Amino acid sequence: MAEIVASLSEERIAYLEGLLSQARTAAAVFTQYTQEDVDRIVKPMVLAGLEQAQYLARLAIEETHLGVVEDKALKNMVATEFVYNYVKDKRTVGTIREFPERGVVEVAEPIGVIFSLTPITNPTSTVLFKCIMAIKTRNAVIFSPHPSAGHCCYEAVRIMHEAAVKHGAPEGVFTCLESQTLQDNAYLMRHKDVGLIDATGGPGMVKAAYSSGKPALGVGPGNTPVYLEKTADLNMAVVDIITSKTFDNGTICASEQTVVIDDEIYDSVLQKFSDLGAHICNEKETELLGRTVIDPNTGFMQPMAVGQKATDIARMVGLKVKPNTKLLIAPIQGVGQGYPLSVEKLFPVLAVYRAKSVNEALTVCVDVNHAGGIGHTAVIFSRNDQIIQKFGELMNAGRIIVNSPGSIGALGGVYNDMVPTFSFGCGTGGGNSTTDNVNVYNYLNIKRVARRTQAHMWFRVPNQIYFNMNAVENLRQFTSRSTVIITNPAMEQIGHVDTVRRHIAPGTLVHVSVIPDAEPEVKVVMQGVEALNFYKADQIIALGGGSVIDAAKIMKLKYESPQADLEELAAPFLDLRKRVVQYPTEKVTQARLIAISTTSGTGSEVTPFAVLLDKEQGRKVTLADYSLSPDVAIVDPQFVMSMPRGLTADTGVDCLTHALEAGVSIFASPYTDSNAMQAIRMVFKFLPIAYEHPGDEEARTMMHNAACIAAIAFSNASVGVNHALAHAFGARFGVAHGRANALMLPHVIAFNAGVPTKFMPSPNQRGYIAHKKYAMVADLLGLGGQTIEEKVKNLVAATEQLLDRLAIPRSIAELGISKEEFERAMPELVKIAFDDPSWRSNPRMPLLSELAELFWSAYRGRSLPTVAKASQPQIAEEWSCV
Amino acid sequence: MTMNAEWLEIDGERVVQGLQAARETLDTAQGDVVLNFSSVRRIDPNALRAMEKLAGLADGKAVKVVLRGVNVDIYKVLKLVKLTSRFSFLA
Repeated sequence: MAEIVASLSEERIAYLEGLLSQARTAAAVFTQYTQEDVDRIVKPMVLAGLEQAQYLARLAIEETHLGVVEDKALKNMVATEFVYNYVKDKRTVGTIREFPERGVVEVAEPIGVIFSLTPITNPTSTVLFKCIMAIKTRNAVIFSPHPSAGHCCYEAVRIMHEAAVKHGAPEGVFTCLESQTLQDNAYLMRHKDVGLIDATGGPGMVKAAYSSGKPALGVGPGNTPVYLEKTADLNMAVVDIITSKTFDNGTICASEQTVVIDDEIYDSVLQKFSDLGAHICNEKETELLGRTVIDPNTGFMQPMAVGQKATDIARMVGLKVKPNTKLLIAPIQGVGQGYPLSVEKLFPVLAVYRAKSVNEALTVCVDVNHAGGIGHTAVIFSRNDQIIQKFGELMNAGRIIVNSPGSIGALGGVYNDMVPTFSFGCGTGGGNSTTDNVNVYNYLNIKRVARRTQAHMWFRVPNQIYFNMNAVENLRQFTSRSTVIITNPAMEQIGHVDTVRRHIAPGTLVHVSVIPDAEPEVKVVMQGVEALNFYKADQIIALGGGSVIDAAKIMKLKYESPQADLEELAAPFLDLRKRVVQYPTEKVTQARLIAISTTSGTGSEVTPFAVLLDKEQGRKVTLADYSLSPDVAIVDPQFVMSMPRGLTADTGVDCLTHALEAGVSIFASPYTDSNAMQAIRMVFKFLPIAYEHPGDEEARTMMHNAACIAAIAFSNASVGVNHALAHAFGARFGVAHGRANALMLPHVIAFNAGVPTKFMPSPNQRGYIAHKKYAMVADLLGLGGQTIEEKVKNLVAATEQLLDRLAIPRSIAELGISKEEFERAMPELVKIAFDDPSWRSNPRMPLLSELAELFWSAYRGRSLPTVAKASQPQIAEEWSCV
Repeated sequence: MTMNAEWLEIDGERVVQGLQAARETLDTAQGDVVLNFSSVRRIDPNALRAMEKLAGLADGKAVKVVLRGVNVDIYKVLKLVKLTSRFSFLA
């Protein structure tokens, strides 16, 4: 900037600063205007422009000696009337668009001061167009016209300014440099008060605009290829091309430059051109033309030819043509170096190329497009939709005009429904920031006011759940031709399989597939699928704990949809609704899955999850999708009456963890809360009884139901950091899942109840509520306490007491794991826990250091309980409302 | 020491004249000059230029000019032309 300032006199800088001050003031004042205010100003401006269209056209021709007065008048009218027709009902002030379903509103913010460069080829029409856009968007403009079109532009600006101010626009809203130099432009382009540069002109001007470091709309040169394909309406095509290429003597940069014609129609097309007043150059004439109108040094068109009539150009070159010749047509055999006429020619000279095939034609069009016309305009005449489609894909052009004249077609609003413009964005290929037909929206900063939306929630449960003692009798109502029972050896030994068999509907062929009592491997699953296929099963009964039911879920998936790729389906996801991998919906066969749980913890009989052991990769993968949920769940306590005490304790605490984590999850809802809270009450009351008196049928029933109810809660609200820690720790040290959960649980409650170092984004919750939810649990359990803190403390204490009562070790250290060993494992434990998706629904986002601290807390173990009020949970008797 | 503030009402229909009067007050002001803009709905370029002049003059005379009741649309205009730092504002 210092160099630029140095190159300008003090007087010149004062003059430029004066223009800027006027514009800045006008732009600031303009911000107070309403939509109605600006619309009141725009209409009379348009009328003034229309009234002066011919006057301004004459001025432009007198000054620039380019183009055709009638066409320039027409352009002035398009720049006013057509542009007005497009903008008149557009909202450009305040709220301009609303998307109520998304809670988003778009609000217009003016840019302020726009520095606008206008070209020699379309001087007054460009000014009229930009003035209307600026008023409509409440911006002020400083115009810098092409030096050879200064007077006509100044006059156009004056007419627009007078009309605008007369109808209420702020004084100084448009100013125009009376004479300008490159230094003036450079100064204004870099000035802090200029918000946007809108440069319509040649490549030098556009480059200068983009080099200024300011946001810029730059438009540059084109080189429009035209494909005249053999199915086209040839009469229409030839007239359109002549209309376009001769319009204002070819000065519109979107006009046709090289027409590639299919071999079969080439001769007849040329004849039609000739019949309508085009001169077809012979080889010698073409060579002479190329040498004269194209600068051999630069490869660009000679300025002397720009905007001149065909006959004048012929005279320049020394060609003998008829006096009424409209267009000079030069056959060329290639594009690029050696074919000077294959570049942009803003005068009525048109290159033509004979193509032997569609492929050749398209290839030549690509070459022309890339010979200086990237991002600008391309034209095709064809009735073949496939070829039109292909052309559209191949051409890098902001405007691809079909069966219409290039120049007038690209301007928009006449031959098509594109936005009317006098500024063609050429995209990144043309060094521009947009491919738009530049319009009012390019003159605005569009702000988005986004209101908080609630994520859609869901609550999904299996169709049918049968519970309480002898619920298995309900099996009889499910008719089946062929049923396969998936179970493990223990179920056979203790007679559970026979019990189930007895209740299957009569006439059903029943087969038993026994799998190992461990997390299912791919191999085991595939063997099960073979059995299902062999017996053509229409019903699967999973009888067992979580592993068996999980195995059956995956078998069903692979049986119904053999194409399902388990590895792909196990891909991680953040939000179930936005997951990348979708579960198959196409099924080759269908089978009903009935899950009968034989433990009271995982709740797998109602969950949409299944864990698979990938032995080859040495890892567990979790599949999650509601399509995995069993169709029918049977929660019959007769199958858990013989559960050992240790298993009762571990699975019972697993159930409690599910419920507590679902309760404070960021996905918790009133639907899941009702289940989570009820499950917590049932666990606190009945787990100790089931543990101490395994034969207590009521306690067993309630715990079996609690496991299912908690699973319904976490199937919809998910779990939390407790599970992430337990997964990592359990896998590393071979500790049962429920026990691992138990070791972490009191520490996690205390962690979540504290003020988070990092909050989890949770659009459905207003503020941090985990501690309040725990307090609510404490109230439900009748634990006492006056404040939230006291209630949380009491809940931690009650949980610790419960764990003590279940003889769960107080610490990881008690498991015999040395401190050194635990310390060695810590980095890996933290890494795995952090990668575990479970914590992503936790209310508090755990830092890596916090995960480590939680592990260490669990290692050191829980303290002796100090309950503020009651030493035993005083559970209200209303629990029996279940 | 007690400072007496000069209070001037700016008429929304005659903002430039009001600012002219404020400029004259600067010469005799014993303390701050408070201009009540409550009835001004919108300002035009002339008013804005008058405010720039007033700010310049007040700087020269070390008088604090307080604008009272400026609506937020006008405040934004003053912000855009970088005049807010040259006045004090009173709700």
